[in-house]
Amino acid sequence: MRTWLLIIVLAIGTVLMKTIGPVLAGGRQPPAALTRVIALVAPALISALIVAGTFTEGQHLIIDARAAGLLAGAILLWFRVPAVLAMLVAAIVCALLRLAV
Amino acid sequence: MSQGRSTALKWSPKAWPEGLRASLPLVLPTAAIGLSFGLLAGPLLGAIPTIVMSAVVWSGTAQFGALTILTSGGGTALAAGTGLLANTRFLPMGFAIAPSMSGRPLRRLLTGALLADASFVIGHRDGGRFDISAIAWAALPQYVGWVGGTIAGVSGATAIGEPTRWGIDVLFPVFYLSLLLPELFPERVRRGERQGSGARGRGQQWSPPLAAAQSPPDHRRGLGRRHHPDLDAHCPAGVPVLVAASAALIGLRTPNRTSRGADAGDDA
Repeated sequence: MRTWLLIIVLAIGTVLMKTIGPVLAGGRQPPAALTRVIALVAPALISALIVAGTFTEGQHLIIDARAAGLLAGAILLWFRVPAVLAMLVAAIVCALLRLAV
Repeated sequence: MSQGRSTALKWSPKAWPEGLRASLPLVLPTAAIGLSFGLLAGPLLGAIPTIVMSAVVWSGTAQFGALTILTSGGGTALAAGTGLLANTRFLPMGFAIAPSMSGRPLRRLLTGALLADASFVIGHRDGGRFDISAIAWAALPQYVGWVGGTIAGVSGATAIGEPTRWGIDVLFPVFYLSLLLPELFPERVRRGERQGSGARGRGQQWSPPLAAAQSPPDHRRGLGRRHHPDLDAHCPAGVPVLVAASAALIGLRTPNRTSRGADAGDDA
């Protein structure tokens, strides 16, 4: 039930965010300060998601095979390797490390 | 949008609407990311909810964001909040395409709902204008790829068992990083080049979709490291992630030097 609630909220919220501009704006720009804040929310949040997804285990900070995988992915992305390939290599590095230890 | 519809029925790819053609090379990466979402979310949410989620939410960032919170033990509300905040980029993207849209509000609403990262890139034209028909057509293959990839991932999840054994849990962070790098180093990585690869064939620059609005690079730089990961050790899962997003309030500061008021989508 909670899963379905989550799905509904995400679906409606996403459509709202995509459509508010097209419906309301019609040629107008939102206030500059608001635009700047909005523009920064996603990078800030995504940084946090990377940290949370890589370095935490439950309530603990941890450095494990995921960190190595992320590093490999980061290097590849830096050299403009396509995202999907970088993801694949990161997963392989991570899996190999887990096999090894 | 309507002009393209009649030509779409012919089988020769040359007769297909431009947005549709430009979108095809991007189907594979989209499907692959959908596949990894299906692999990870399937065991946690169940097969049907996972597929329905991809079908009605249709946003990798929101879905991965919500799932990251759920897997780390956070509740539904936090997961929803994180997923939605991760999608705030669609607000400036929507305002960016709005001036190029015509028609009644209902029509604009339906077209706006087709907005996605890939279609935003493909529809971008010089001078901050957007080809709305290209955006709409580009969305179609992206949607099919995303939902199809999710279905494949959900099916595969039962076959491969424990996803962490294969390092699949690292796919999220790397996917996010691929979105973040163009934000932090716009001059270094340009997503238009990296994934679009001739999709638009014009070599224009465009701003990363996460920003899609003017904001001097010095505000963005370094955001990636500053968020107290130690909060993760003490708070309920998910709260630190939301706290981190509050760093965006720094955008309230008036930028001192760089081009304010530059057209959204043109500051790369």
